[in-house]
Amino acid sequence: MNVWASLILSLIAIGAVATVGAVAGAAVQFFDLSAAAWLFGVVIPYLAFVTFIAGFIYRVTTWARSPVPFGIPTVCGQAKSLPWIKQSRLESPFTKLEVVARMALEILCFRSLFRNTRMTFKGGRPLYGPNQWLWVIALAFHYTFLVIVIRHMRFFTEPIPGVLKLLEALDGFLQIGAPYVLISGFVMAGAATFLLLRRLAFANIRYISLPNDYFPLFLILTIAGTGILMRHVFKVDIVAVKAMMMGIVTFHPVAPMDIGMLFYIHLFCVCVLIAYFPWSKLMHMGGVFLSPTRNLPNNTRAVRHENPWNYPVKVHTYEEYEEEFREKMIEAGLPVEKEAAEEE
Amino acid sequence: MYDKGKVITGLAIFFLVFTFPFWSNIGKTAPMPERSLDTPVLQEMAREAGLDLEQALKEGAINCVEDKDYIVSQHMHLLNLWRDSVVRSGNRMYAGAFGKRHEMSLSKSCMNCHSNKKDFCDRCHNYMNVNPYCWDCHLTPEQMGTASDAEVKQ
Repeated sequence: MNVWASLILSLIAIGAVATVGAVAGAAVQFFDLSAAAWLFGVVIPYLAFVTFIAGFIYRVTTWARSPVPFGIPTVCGQAKSLPWIKQSRLESPFTKLEVVARMALEILCFRSLFRNTRMTFKGGRPLYGPNQWLWVIALAFHYTFLVIVIRHMRFFTEPIPGVLKLLEALDGFLQIGAPYVLISGFVMAGAATFLLLRRLAFANIRYISLPNDYFPLFLILTIAGTGILMRHVFKVDIVAVKAMMMGIVTFHPVAPMDIGMLFYIHLFCVCVLIAYFPWSKLMHMGGVFLSPTRNLPNNTRAVRHENPWNYPVKVHTYEEYEEEFREKMIEAGLPVEKEAAEEE
Repeated sequence: MYDKGKVITGLAIFFLVFTFPFWSNIGKTAPMPERSLDTPVLQEMAREAGLDLEQALKEGAINCVEDKDYIVSQHMHLLNLWRDSVVRSGNRMYAGAFGKRHEMSLSKSCMNCHSNKKDFCDRCHNYMNVNPYCWDCHLTPEQMGTASDAEVKQ
């Protein structure tokens, strides 16, 4: 798809999502429409959450039902071989433990992104060099996203556990402004902006970027943007927000309150994000655990990988073949293993 | 399904982690905290207006420095502005929204009326895990009381 088509489509999509949220907020704020408040403050969050959980389980079980016919670990290190050849245990795992270690390295440290190289020409000769900025930004993005999700749990727990208090204190230790700046929010917004600019700035990445690459980025940027705005610029009554959220998680929903347009945009975008999650590339969260190229040990020379897909194939053995054509074979003078019964 | 044990274990962990807000709150209720406005100074202001406290608040006979909604969501911002104004410009007077002038002071203005930190400030702050560093330096009315007592004893 053309880059402009991709961009415009995803911008239309995010514009529509934000507009719906804004209209809901305006309906509550200016027209006192409690039906809109119930729909966007209670019903849609529940539906989105159920879609997220059910969709996630559905996607994972679909993957788990797909057979892996071959042992296809994709490795980049010395496999276990003769005793005097040193095996690269993390890059080419042989045992289960090594596989777990390799997976952990991939999931927690994004090992494969770290391996990114970039070719440049220097004096007409190709030169391969390390290129780790994507790895750094991806790490920053994912970990700050995790921190943000965890510290939002203050809206969903009462009393708030000490771990959350500690996390928020660490996140805000710069003590800039009131309420103070939380580093993770700004880092995540910055990193997401970089990931977007990366798709726009490089011709080769622009060429392979689709609406389903841009849309989640726009969605996350909108969520981060509205969140930062609500904390630092157009402040909202967060006590009312928590009362609403606690109502949802205790299954005693309270009448949603007029918290402002920004809040309803934020909430609706989050609902869209989690409902969209299972059907999008964001499912790499579950998918990374199910990639056969990473979760299989590189022991194909030592252990036979049973193809679970082996279907009872209808075969025609030579004995059956000879049984069928014996007379014709004898007539044609072809050697047979068993002489015909009549001739004896 | 292949690798049933592993996949189901993984999904169970996923489910437990992501439904944490729901199962951790089973059997709990967390009503919105109420800020108590029942303080001697506010009672006195209501008496001067010839009303009881609830009525006076409802009819707007007693007002804060700014409109209530603004105060609820923006009081921290206002306090920051006050701090900057006092510390950097030496300007201590604030023209409030209701035609009154107030001294820009947490202890002397805000906490003169809202002298009940525990039942006013702390209720929402604890509910939201907000830990303002106001009281790292400033004293609450109770603390001021004990401080002066201590001085008297000396």
